[in-house]
Amino acid sequence: MKFSVNHPILFVIVGAIIAVVLAQSVYFLLKACRRAKELGISSATVKATVSSAALFTVAPAVSILVGVVVLSKSLGIALPWLRLSVIGSITYENVAAQNALTAAGLSGSETITDPSVFVTVLWVMTIGIAAGLILVPFLTKRIQTGMLKMGMKDKKWGEIFNNAMFLGMISAFLGYVFCDVGLVAKGETRGLIPVCVMVVSALVMAVCGLSAKKFRIRWLEDYALPLSLVIGMASAIPFTNLLG
Amino acid sequence: MKANRNLSYMDSVHRDGRIWGIVVGGVILLFPALVMLIFGTSPDLKVLAKGIIATAPMYWAVGLVEIFTYVPMLGAGGTYLSFITGNISNLKLPCAIDAMERAKVKASSEEGEVISTIAIAVSSIVTTLIIIVGVVCIVPLTPVLESPVLKPAFDMILPALFGGLAVVFISKNAKLSIAPIILMLALFVTVPALNAGTVGIMVPVGVVFTVAVARIMYKKGWL
Repeated sequence: MKFSVNHPILFVIVGAIIAVVLAQSVYFLLKACRRAKELGISSATVKATVSSAALFTVAPAVSILVGVVVLSKSLGIALPWLRLSVIGSITYENVAAQNALTAAGLSGSETITDPSVFVTVLWVMTIGIAAGLILVPFLTKRIQTGMLKMGMKDKKWGEIFNNAMFLGMISAFLGYVFCDVGLVAKGETRGLIPVCVMVVSALVMAVCGLSAKKFRIRWLEDYALPLSLVIGMASAIPFTNLLG
Repeated sequence: MKANRNLSYMDSVHRDGRIWGIVVGGVILLFPALVMLIFGTSPDLKVLAKGIIATAPMYWAVGLVEIFTYVPMLGAGGTYLSFITGNISNLKLPCAIDAMERAKVKASSEEGEVISTIAIAVSSIVTTLIIIVGVVCIVPLTPVLESPVLKPAFDMILPALFGGLAVVFISKNAKLSIAPIILMLALFVTVPALNAGTVGIMVPVGVVFTVAVARIMYKKGWL
C-alpha cells in the first residue's frame, strides 16, 4: 500500500481506537452514575458535576486541538489525532516527535513521506510514554488500598494528606507562573503576563465564590472555575499587547 | 456491567479498570505494529534507539512517579481513565478537584471516588468529541486556531487554570500552603531550567514536600 501520512486507512484505525477509548469513558461514567444513586448523591449534584466538567473542558480541549494542528504539519492529521486523544499531552507529544524527527534528520515543518520514518516516530512516541499505560493496571489497587488503610487509621491525617497533595500540585504550577519574572530586571515585561493572567483568574474565582454565597446563586458556584479559566485566558490577549 | 454480588464497588472498579487498561493499552501499543504491517515497512533501528534514549528515560521516570502522585488524588476510576486519555495535570485532575470541592465530598471517600470518576469521564468524552469535530473541520479551523490574536490565550491556559484553583485551596489551607508556595516560587524564579516544559517534573517534588511539611505541622498540632 502506498504510504501517506493522511492515508484513509490510518483514519479508520485511529477512529476505531478512539471509539474504544470513548466506550471506556462512557462505561465508567454510567457505572459511577449508578453508584452515585446507590450512595444517595442527589441527581442535582450529579447533573451539576456533569455540566460543569463539560463546560470546564471546552477551553483546554480547544488548546489540545491547537496541538493537533501543530503536529499535523509533519505527522499528518491521523497520528496527532490519536496521540492527543489518548495518553499524551501536547508538551510530551511535541518533545517525543521532535526527538524522533531530529534523530531522523528532519524538522518539525516537513511532512514525512518515508513510511519507515513515520513508524519510527510512532514507536518513539508510543514507547516513550508507555510507563503509565503499562503500570497503572498493576499498581493502582495497591496504592489505593494503602491510602484507604492510612485514612482509616487516622481520619484527620488522611484528610490533611489529601489536601497536602492537592496543594503540592497547585504550588508547583503557581511557581511556574513566576518562572519568567526575572526577565523584568532585564527590561522584558513579558515575564509578568502569566502573573497578571493568574491574578485575573484568581479574582474572578474569588468574586464568583463570594457572590454565589452572598446572593445564593448556585449556578455561579458550579461554573466558577470554567468562568475564571475563560476570562483568565481572554485577559492574556490585552496583557500580551501591553507587556509582550 | 452487572456487578458481582461478592465484589464491592471499589473492587469492581479495579477489576474493570484493569481489564479496560490492558485491552486499551494493548491496542494503543499494537498500533505501530499494525501500521508496519499495512505499509510493509519497519523502523530505522538506529533512529529509533536515538529517539527512545532521548525520550524514554525521563518520561518513564516521570510516569512512574506520576502514578504514585496522581492515584490518591484521582481515585481508582479516575486513574484508569486519566492514564489512558492523558492531559492529567492540565485538565483531568483540576476538573476532578473542582468537582469534589463543589460536591463537598472528600477524595478518600467512596462519594469522592464516584464524583471524581464522573467528572473525569465527562471531561474525557468532551475532549475526544471536540478533537473529532476539530479533525473533521481542520481546514477551516486551522487559521482560527493558529490566529496570532488568540495565541496568547492558548499559551496562558495554565496560569488561568491554576489561578482559580489556587484561590479555593489556599483559602481553605492557608497555613499549610505557605511553605510549598515559597519553595516553588524560589525554585522557579532562580532556576532557569524550570519552565513550562519541566513543571510536570516539579509536581511530585511539590507534593512530597507539602506532605512532609503537613506531617510535621500535624504532629506539632499546628493543623
